[in-house]
Amino acid sequence: MQVIIGYAKGSNGRRRPLFARTPEQLDQLTLEDNPGLNLAVYLRKPEIKRLGKPGVVATPAILRSILQWAAENHYQDSEAVFLALDANGAVVELSAPDQIAAFVASLPDGLVPSQESTQGKDRAARFAFWQQEFERCIRCYACRASCPMCYCDQCIADSNQPQWVPVPPHALGNFEWHVSRAMHLAGRCVGCGACSEACPAGIPLGLMNKFLADVVLNEFGQRAGATTKLDYPLCVFNVKDREDFIK
Amino acid sequence: MDRKLLKKQSIQPLLKALRESGRRIVAPQRSGSAPGAWYRDLGPEDELDLEHLTVLSPKSAFLPMVEEILRFRNEGKQIVIDDSEIQAKPTVIFGSRPCDTRALHALDAVFLHEPEDVFFRERRAATTMVTFSCQVADPDCFCTSVGGGPGDPEGSDLLLSSVGGDRFLVDVLTPKGKQVVELAPHLFEPTGEGETEAVVASVPVRFSVSDVRKRLPDLFNDEEFWREQSLACLGCSTCAFVCPNCSCFDIQDEADLKCGSRLRCWDSCGQKLFTLHASGHNPRSVQSQRWRQRIMHKFSYFHQKEGMVGCVGCGRCSRACPADMNLLERLTAIAEARV
Repeated sequence: MQVIIGYAKGSNGRRRPLFARTPEQLDQLTLEDNPGLNLAVYLRKPEIKRLGKPGVVATPAILRSILQWAAENHYQDSEAVFLALDANGAVVELSAPDQIAAFVASLPDGLVPSQESTQGKDRAARFAFWQQEFERCIRCYACRASCPMCYCDQCIADSNQPQWVPVPPHALGNFEWHVSRAMHLAGRCVGCGACSEACPAGIPLGLMNKFLADVVLNEFGQRAGATTKLDYPLCVFNVKDREDFIK
Repeated sequence: MDRKLLKKQSIQPLLKALRESGRRIVAPQRSGSAPGAWYRDLGPEDELDLEHLTVLSPKSAFLPMVEEILRFRNEGKQIVIDDSEIQAKPTVIFGSRPCDTRALHALDAVFLHEPEDVFFRERRAATTMVTFSCQVADPDCFCTSVGGGPGDPEGSDLLLSSVGGDRFLVDVLTPKGKQVVELAPHLFEPTGEGETEAVVASVPVRFSVSDVRKRLPDLFNDEEFWREQSLACLGCSTCAFVCPNCSCFDIQDEADLKCGSRLRCWDSCGQKLFTLHASGHNPRSVQSQRWRQRIMHKFSYFHQKEGMVGCVGCGRCSRACPADMNLLERLTAIAEARV
């Protein structure tokens, strides 16, 4: 390992990523239960790749992200080493997807954000809720930049010929962007909450992802970030799929 | 310059007088459970919030996040272009901070250059800035390091500073400010002995901005330096969009086969798309080059061109960055860099 990617104390009560390349820098490492920022995003950044093989101080959210990458053929075996704490507080080194999957299976299922703000509300009330939330969206794409599953080289939101998603932060554009992103993450989001945390406007984006994760789990029996192999339900054709919704 | 006193309880009557004069009031308000305060139209029922910092600066009152600049339509074989109506209703920004108000100078430099941007010019001319001096600052504030201060009158029409005891010292700085006072002259009292000492926050100078400026040209080619500075940068637009000085925009069309609108939207040099050529080449291909551009533009190029830095030290970018890319720390490192 040439670089250890972890969390460190940030400025003014915040936390920040640490890219330690010397033993002295390692002294700044901190353990975070719920850091918000998902360090997996840095593994795809060219400047970080240039630093050499990384070791990542891994929270459950990070390990789940790597598993989902593996399921999407986006993670090369032994591309990085993940340093996690087992139930006895001992550091374990994980690298192969199967190893990570076994470790994740031993963890309590504690990654789901609360859905209080929308649960039990009817469609009109949910629409009104999101209208009010999206009104603050400035389209900075911090949600996308902080998401390990938003790894497309070219995002649909960046295409202007044709323009799939309206670029401006008006009501329609904001709805199309967030709904498109949620749909692209349906069954892929591991629920790390980095998007909600990154949003400067405090929009609880994770709620939409959680809702869709539940739909995929209930309808297809799949949960992101749990296994190394996944026939992604929105991409596969299965002759047993119900067709009764086609009228 | 004229000086008056205004009681805290006179703020609501003053807002009422402004509203009755036909002015639109844009002021910080809370927005549900969202963090901080947000500039919104302040209706008679809305609650003014002068306590929380606003997540965005009042920049969007002059440079909206999205704005139609023209419309086009097919008429037979002709394409007809119609000017968009400029939205420039008489407006008062009530409750700005000295840093945000000062930032208007940088926007003026960009948009009032020949040829003037008519949309910006009209809105700027129709807007009055009522600024409140800062009584408290947080550790992300560094206005005094970039030429401003918690009681800086620069750019304000009226500057209200607490003198304690629920009273504000009112500096009437411009004819626009005088017009506001004349709307409700009975609310303003003359200043008495010992009532001209405003209570403002203490914001220490944290680095030498002239050192930053002097070192930047030599640091430009130090790739390692910029890579280290920006390892954590995720490449979103948060810093640029919360910045009161950033003014880059993108032009987008929204159209169907018959007609459409040309829109101006905020844009950010932090995004890789910002400099992506049609050929596929990107002169700023990695994030460290984009971060360098952000710093160079604000603290070197802008100063060369306009004689001021493009930063007022409001600290919003540091507070909002999802990766804690603290600007103050980075500027300090630049000021102290050996080149």
